[in-house]
Amino acid sequence: MNINWFKYSSPQTFYPLAGRMIPWFAWLATAFAIAGLYIGFAIAPTDFQQGEAYRIIFVHVPAAWMSMVIYIVMAGWAALGLALNARLSAMMAQALAPTGAIFTFIALVTGSLWGKPMWGTWWVWDARLTSELILLFLYLGFIALQSSIDDVRRADRAGALLALVGVVNVPIIYFSVKWWNTLHQGSTISMGAAPKMVATMLIGMLLMALAFWMYTIAVALMRVRCIMLERERSSEWVKQLSGVNS
Amino acid sequence: MNEAWVIILRRDLLLALRRRSDVATTLFFFLIVSSLFPLGIGPEPAVLSSIAPGVLWVAALLAGMLSLTRLFATDFSDGSLEQMLLAPQPLALLVTAKILAHWIVCGLPVVLLAPIIGLQYALPNDALLVLVLALLLGTPALSLIGAIGAALTLGVRGSGLLIALLVLPLYIPVLIFGAGAVAASQHGMSAQAHLSLLAACSLLSLVLAPMATAAALRISVE
Amino acid sequence: MQWASWAAFFNMGGYAFYVWFSFGLTALCLIWEVLALRKRSAQALRLSRLLAQG
Repeated sequence: MNINWFKYSSPQTFYPLAGRMIPWFAWLATAFAIAGLYIGFAIAPTDFQQGEAYRIIFVHVPAAWMSMVIYIVMAGWAALGLALNARLSAMMAQALAPTGAIFTFIALVTGSLWGKPMWGTWWVWDARLTSELILLFLYLGFIALQSSIDDVRRADRAGALLALVGVVNVPIIYFSVKWWNTLHQGSTISMGAAPKMVATMLIGMLLMALAFWMYTIAVALMRVRCIMLERERSSEWVKQLSGVNS
Repeated sequence: MNEAWVIILRRDLLLALRRRSDVATTLFFFLIVSSLFPLGIGPEPAVLSSIAPGVLWVAALLAGMLSLTRLFATDFSDGSLEQMLLAPQPLALLVTAKILAHWIVCGLPVVLLAPIIGLQYALPNDALLVLVLALLLGTPALSLIGAIGAALTLGVRGSGLLIALLVLPLYIPVLIFGAGAVAASQHGMSAQAHLSLLAACSLLSLVLAPMATAAALRISVE
Repeated sequence: MQWASWAAFFNMGGYAFYVWFSFGLTALCLIWEVLALRKRSAQALRLSRLLAQG
């Protein structure tokens, strides 16, 4: 089947396609979430050392994974947008950023909530949590840059460049934070001291990660539709959608 | 091709020399911020010397960042930036001239003032030496990375704060290695690994940042 | 199933606050995101209609 992909690179044709895809991903997200939560709460056994508190990993770890995956995918769309000068790619990058930031926030807060009962403090400057914090700054910088530039095309391309610069820096930042962490041993306790992974725990985390992933796709498609509506608000097809009889 | 580079360098240095405020404000900011911490924390030398590496490096970061907005803005407003974009020489190369001028005006003075501030923080002599060396190796990276931020936010409202938000996360590796170098020498260990990593950061920035800055300038101006 | 009773389930071995706050906050954030997007879409369409008529 020969699909003309470029047909879908115009907002007008992508809008309805995205609209049709959203429910599928929403249902997949719900299904995976139910499966993941069931395994997480009903099947996975109590951890010997951490008791029931360890169950937070069923949201903490998938959220952290997603926060990193989304940044990379966002940078990928950004690169594509710069290389092909494609508006839709740039819009996809813009659509992913807030979701990535939200997952980073969730990872930080749930990490803190996990740390308090386990190690007695609300915050631990370990390598992973600190890197998540810096990732949040990178997301916020991207969002701030795009929203402060008025010219849409310049905002797209500036944001794309920033995302690429960020993606190159992320391994460097992570390495330096790990370095920093090992130097200042002593008070630090690694959040990586997760409970010994029983197979069911791993499956539960993977299912929740899949749930978050399907959710991200659905929400990104919703957001990109909003962005299209906002940018093309004076065009015919949007006016038709809003119910104007022209 | 070298001529254009030298001309740009000389022009920027001359302009900075005439408006001596650039150098002065950077130095004063560095001085004031470094003085705030003892006022907030207490004058005990032991405490001060333990926080010195981090405090001095953060103050250096912030001081260097202050002047970033002006890096391209003045040229943009008088039209000379567009001339640079149209010039036959590669923009990335011309940009390094401007960045070098920025470093000479804003980075180098911090390196030279740092030992004096370090004395206020009761740093021993070999730690002071490492501090100077570390700043010498690390501040070029700060100017290079900062240039990307300055180019991206050219002409944007509130660009001063926006540059900070964009650029400070990228400064973190330099901060970690730089402060780590001084802390290592305070504890009697070799700072060589840290200094090598700092040098690596600057070299990597030297290779990549001018290209990114040139791309950002084209995006912002065209 | 390993929970002795619903009460034990909600109690989470004494860690009820931490566990339920985590899951609750996650659900809240994700639901909020979806609702905010719905609102944004409605506003965009409304603005388009106003611009067309005005």
